[in-house]
Amino acid sequence: MNSGIDLEMSFTQGVQNLGLSHELAHLLWIPLPMLLVLVSAVIGVLVTVWLERKISAAAQQRIGPEYAGALGILQPMADGLKLLVKEDIIPAKADSVLFTVGPILVLVPVILSWLIVPFGQNLLISNVGIGIFLWIALSSIQPIGLLMSGYSSNNKYSLLGGLRAAAQSISYEIPLALAVLAIVMMSNSLSTVDIVEQQNTAGFLSWNIWRQPVGFIIFWICALAECERLPFDLPEAEEELVAGYQTEYAGMKFALFYLAGYINLVLSALLVSVLYLGGWGFPISIDWFSSLIGLSIDNPLVQIIAASLGIVMTILKAYLLVFLAILLRWTTPRVRIDQLLDLGWKFLLPISLVNLLVTASLKLAFPMTFGG
Amino acid sequence: MNIAYSTELICFLILSSVIVSGSLAVVLLENIVYSAFLLGGVFMAVAGLYLLLNASFVAAAQILVYVGAVNVLILFAIMLVNKKEKLKPIDGLKTRKLISGGVCGGLLILLLRVSITTDWNIPGPTSIGEEATERIGEHLFTDYLLPFELASILLLMAMIGAIVLARRDVSITNDNINDLTNQKSLSDKKIRLLSENSLK
Repeated sequence: MNSGIDLEMSFTQGVQNLGLSHELAHLLWIPLPMLLVLVSAVIGVLVTVWLERKISAAAQQRIGPEYAGALGILQPMADGLKLLVKEDIIPAKADSVLFTVGPILVLVPVILSWLIVPFGQNLLISNVGIGIFLWIALSSIQPIGLLMSGYSSNNKYSLLGGLRAAAQSISYEIPLALAVLAIVMMSNSLSTVDIVEQQNTAGFLSWNIWRQPVGFIIFWICALAECERLPFDLPEAEEELVAGYQTEYAGMKFALFYLAGYINLVLSALLVSVLYLGGWGFPISIDWFSSLIGLSIDNPLVQIIAASLGIVMTILKAYLLVFLAILLRWTTPRVRIDQLLDLGWKFLLPISLVNLLVTASLKLAFPMTFGG
Repeated sequence: MNIAYSTELICFLILSSVIVSGSLAVVLLENIVYSAFLLGGVFMAVAGLYLLLNASFVAAAQILVYVGAVNVLILFAIMLVNKKEKLKPIDGLKTRKLISGGVCGGLLILLLRVSITTDWNIPGPTSIGEEATERIGEHLFTDYLLPFELASILLLMAMIGAIVLARRDVSITNDNINDLTNQKSLSDKKIRLLSENSLK
């Protein structure tokens, strides 16, 4: 396997040539990818909000945002600016400390999870060994933030919304983790980079979606439920609970929830593309393609083209899934709370257990195709 | 002193002060909801200590199990029975507090003595880092298989017990449910039954 472009090494070497120590160069490098990912996450949210407005308008035969920039493309910026300058209200009888910490606890784990999303061979913040497990662990912190904001608002709708959100995310975390476990079993590694590499041996035919069709559907349903997207947006069901745990929030604190929701959606789409759709892999194998035009894979030009193609492919796949999620939101009705819990515990959990068992036996029977 | 070492030391000091002050607050605060949230914070700080020891898998498992499951469950239970009433004053609360404080202080002194007198093997064994996940798996399925299976049977028993307790009133017939007075007497009977069972 070629190592691809290693930006970190070139950066640290460049700084060291200026006469700084190796440790200091590393220290200077650390904030750069974090900043980049933070910026790209926020831009991803802006794009998703715009898409949501436009697609919902199309689904309801409206025009949608039109005046802010061409095709209303600056509308999300205007929304963000509006939320930024709004008054920050804390209800008189609310618990002000918990009320403030709640939204932060919801947002921070989501952003931290971007640590493991790979856009290329070396284009991720940190290739930690526990990889995808880190995401599962971090996403389990979120319900605490939701409970905290639901409780501290001192509002019965908020409390009910918070309890519902926590119950929902606990029950859908288990099938989600089991679906991921089947993938991990096939690629013999928790690291997202290894998972993608194992899928890119023969173009799109080796993507995990063909070997794990059931797991793909389970993961997608659970990811939608974890993001509280519409078939499962019980926690903020407008007709029943005003706005759930967000009822009392305004201004920037509300914006934190809003951001967390959309960042989580983009993150889930990215992870679906990493786990099931070959991540940065092009549908046709790059190795094969470069040998066709007679260039070595180590050629700098090929490397640069492959890296940019990888980023484009990851984002393209993720946004196709975001499009699907938005379309689902504006075309499906909401499930009831008992249907939601039934689906999670009585349907998805047994199916994902069976899926895991079948994957394990297939791995034993056909070690070549299912990663022995 | 290089940068890596000093960063590690600062992180260790912050994490341990969070753990100590957080756990004291969990015990001493009057508001049970604050205690529950702080408990989550303490669990996270412990996960941070595991990270400092280069045990990332254990840290993630700590967050997943203790913060994501145990603490959320505690919070759930507190919020479902959320009553903002003052607890009744108990007789002799002061002496009780003194006795429990004395026991805890004695335990602290004992542990401190043990940690000071023990001849620690410094530096300890080198951490295996990223390999840890595989090693834990190997151990769980070879030399620690029996404890592992016993723990799962224990959890299964607890789960079945919870289901049995929750489904207790299924046997009431439909006619009785429609009759409100009957239902009242039934529920009274049930409470008595429960208390008799628990006395045994």
